[in-house]
Amino acid sequence: MNYFLDYIQLLLLKRKYLAFLDKITNLTKNSKTIGAEFMKMNGARMVCEALIAEGVKTVFGYPGGAIMNVYDEIYKQDGFEHILNRHEQASVHAADGYARATGEVGVAMVTSGPGFTNAVTGLATAYMDSIPMVVVSGQVPLSLIGTDGFQEIDAIGISRPCTKHNFLVRELSELPRIMKEAFHIARTGRPGPVLVDVPKDITAEIGEFVYPSEVNIPSYKPTTKGNKRQIEKAVDAILKSKKPLLYIGGGVVLSNATDLVRKLADMGGIPAVETLMARGVMGASNPLLQGMLGMHGNYASNMAMSETDLVISLGARFDDRVTGKLSEFAKYADIIHVDIDAANIGKLVDVDYPIVGDVKLVLEKMIVGLEGKINADKYSDWREVLNRYDTLHPQTFTDSDSVIKPQWAIERIGELLGEQAIITSDVGQHQMWTAQHYPFDRPRQWINSGGLGTMGFGFPSAIGAKRGCPEKTVINITGDGSILMNVQELVTASEYKIPVINVILNNNFLGMVRQWQTFFYEARYAETDLSYQPNFKLLAEACGGIGYDVTTKAEFDDALKDAIEKDRVAFINVAVNRFENVLPMVPAGGALYNMILDDKPKEK
Amino acid sequence: MTDNRRRVVSVLVENESSVLSRVSGLFAGRGYNIETLTVAPVPNTNRSRITIVTKGSERILEQITKQLHKLIPVHKVVEHDEMVEKEMVLAKFPIEENLADIQALCGAYNGGIVNVGVNMLIAMVADEPCRVKHFIEASARYNPIEIVRGGVVAIER
Repeated sequence: MNYFLDYIQLLLLKRKYLAFLDKITNLTKNSKTIGAEFMKMNGARMVCEALIAEGVKTVFGYPGGAIMNVYDEIYKQDGFEHILNRHEQASVHAADGYARATGEVGVAMVTSGPGFTNAVTGLATAYMDSIPMVVVSGQVPLSLIGTDGFQEIDAIGISRPCTKHNFLVRELSELPRIMKEAFHIARTGRPGPVLVDVPKDITAEIGEFVYPSEVNIPSYKPTTKGNKRQIEKAVDAILKSKKPLLYIGGGVVLSNATDLVRKLADMGGIPAVETLMARGVMGASNPLLQGMLGMHGNYASNMAMSETDLVISLGARFDDRVTGKLSEFAKYADIIHVDIDAANIGKLVDVDYPIVGDVKLVLEKMIVGLEGKINADKYSDWREVLNRYDTLHPQTFTDSDSVIKPQWAIERIGELLGEQAIITSDVGQHQMWTAQHYPFDRPRQWINSGGLGTMGFGFPSAIGAKRGCPEKTVINITGDGSILMNVQELVTASEYKIPVINVILNNNFLGMVRQWQTFFYEARYAETDLSYQPNFKLLAEACGGIGYDVTTKAEFDDALKDAIEKDRVAFINVAVNRFENVLPMVPAGGALYNMILDDKPKEK
Repeated sequence: MTDNRRRVVSVLVENESSVLSRVSGLFAGRGYNIETLTVAPVPNTNRSRITIVTKGSERILEQITKQLHKLIPVHKVVEHDEMVEKEMVLAKFPIEENLADIQALCGAYNGGIVNVGVNMLIAMVADEPCRVKHFIEASARYNPIEIVRGGVVAIER
């Protein structure tokens, strides 16, 4: 009898459950027409709705078991497009390139375990260069966390040191708030990547979706304005100085402060040097721009930094590749350091005028303070000194008629495309030559992995940049080493018709390491000879792109023009001088003014 | 830069999962040293207090403070000399040792015997960290079987 009653009860329960399911399916079907206060949906759809609410247009990603629920909802929606890269690392780099080119938050999506670990290099790359990004990763169901489940890895633990912040969603009710906070944290203060790790059962669970309109994180209030007194003191220091120098970093690009920096330079005739991350801020033709400083900076820039009496650091962080030997760096100068990240100030060099704040907001006040008190003639002697340095050792190279010099190829792209192109690069010699020789005219025109130095960054980030700025020609200047890391993106670019042009400066070497071996390891070329190579032309064609083999300048021009016309993903394989070195070069740990300037060829 | 002083850093954090790993991971990742670390919730709030004793130069300390402050769930970082510090220690002695001596020793350091068993007794002392150190040194002659230090807790004056 009891069993019978139980059975009846079970039946009733089942009927109730089915009715409930029905109701929910109807709700999710119709929820677009129902008011926002009554939106019931599963966690997967909440992720999508949050992305749409944040204005995300493109998501780069790769599906897998733990993230499948979200992909099912991506399939059903039409608020954003999804680009299927062929490797999670490429997805994150693509989102990164998209963010760098557009200034918006890049979004990538990966599954748990290996999907996530593949994404780590992308997170670290974005973290080192302070790129706003949100990465959503799947995770095994909450009940399996900690059991070494299939494709389980501690994503929060692994990504902690390479994200600005990360979240594990433990309850569905937290999901909308976490998504909102993730975007807020990614784009405010010093920007950076944020990871949201979502267990599979959370994406399946159904709950009410209300996307918060505001963020309130009591423990996170970035300082943006800059202390008024400190700014006044800095203004006085500028007025008192005889040899001031603007030291411009990537923060100026991130803060969209280019116009103000140019204005400040112009009103005082203050010479400027740019870091690798800031190329394009001053504009290549600006007479105040000395060039790039640092390990591969030009002579005038490095001498300017060595002789200045006042460094005006704007969004730069005194990286070791910039400063060389710290005790000799800007030895005769007081230092004004404007940075949104207080931890950057005083980290490596002692600072006389620390200003924590957004470069843009600080410059606005600084310019007001300087107005009427400064004129463009004030530092003409100082500029004259620097001009003489530049005439003494200009940033040039010895061209050749018998072989294409990599520098020539880069300058040629600049001549043909100039401001019209977005240039990405991988890491190594080609990256430095591009930074030295391409005439960058605007910020966000130059996209490269500066802090982490990630080979394989160029191609996927070019895909992201092209998706974000379809009207621009996007060129990835790369090397024969780097291009093979993420070469699978040929397929992605072909499938989605993303016509990125890869110019492979092919010297059959892992060139930068080879250069160090030449200089510092008595030419023992340990594992840097890349003479065994794929047929790059056929490789591109096998994946649906176009390939060109180029050995002369005329062929180079033809290939580039043809690739632009064909509007398809392309490999231009350029045979360049094998033993070309990046010069000038400050040996690691050496003083900035001790540059290797001339090239003593060690060819055999 | 040779100024390698002992310092106490007090961190007020949001009481959420993985916040401790963020703090300790920051120390490990940036090569800062942790001598002691204690953590417990602050009563009637959703916050926890982490007290860390570390060693480093002025510049390192400044970096520690700033880097800690950058962590999203960190509300406040306090680092200065005006802190009242206490540390607790438990020590286990063989029952054969002189109970009266141990009692007197503990009394001198603001503690006493807190538990006695068949073979051992347990003493507790709560005092300033340097005095705790002295207590441990002094207790050596009574052949302690085991000593457990609690780590420093500190409060601003």
